[in-house]
Amino acid sequence: MGNPMKIRAILKNGLTEVRVLVSHAMETGLRKGDDGAIVPAWFITELTAHYHDRLIFQAEFGTAVSKDPYLVFRFRGGDTGEKVVLRWRDSRGDTRSDEAAIS
Amino acid sequence: MDSQRRTLLKASGSLGLMGLLASLGLFASEQAKAEWNKAAFEAQNLDSALSALGVTSRPADSRDIQFNAPEVAENGALVPMAVMSHIPQTRSIAILIEKNPTTLAAKFTFPEGTEPSINTRLKMDQTSRVHALVGTDGGFFVASRDITVIVGGCGA
Repeated sequence: MGNPMKIRAILKNGLTEVRVLVSHAMETGLRKGDDGAIVPAWFITELTAHYHDRLIFQAEFGTAVSKDPYLVFRFRGGDTGEKVVLRWRDSRGDTRSDEAAIS
Repeated sequence: MDSQRRTLLKASGSLGLMGLLASLGLFASEQAKAEWNKAAFEAQNLDSALSALGVTSRPADSRDIQFNAPEVAENGALVPMAVMSHIPQTRSIAILIEKNPTTLAAKFTFPEGTEPSINTRLKMDQTSRVHALVGTDGGFFVASRDITVIVGGCGA
């Protein structure tokens, strides 16, 4: 579900820097829509990153993470050409998984 | 002590044995760690958020936490924040915004081999003190910033 994440993973001096831009409305449940009615809360609750089968990063979000969440983190042990896999789950139970090769 | 016992009882009631073990830190599988901490994210003040995160005493201020955020944020819907911990055995970084409707904004967990550092963008409802809470094997530490917000971002 949802649109693909934009993921860039770059290996430099032994550290792989992963930049992620997730496409998600991240509704707080406090905003009023055009019709004046409250737009229900709808937000990503968890995001994980794996390299091969190894968990390399984990995030838990509340409603205060900005619309289209942006993250940068770095891990050791990545090789160029190998894939980093990111997966999120939101408060409606929707999930999405995307991957990028390390360059 | 009494409130701690109540918390445990509540945890055991609502989550069953797995939840109880997880809350005691005895069951540290990835599955348990991956459970979204509902109580912490729904907390509406700093004390209850900290307690739901397992912080039992006031975390010590640390200069070994690099916390970069603007002093003034024009747009509360997109406030860039970067936190990096230089404290050994850092396992997690949580960001708490005192004057947001819910205090805990995000929590990041760093497995062995991942740098305890995060860049992200958060929403701020109004001018507030913001805390970067670092969880380590040696307890919790904190670095705090006051961020002035020009236009609030929670209705965004």
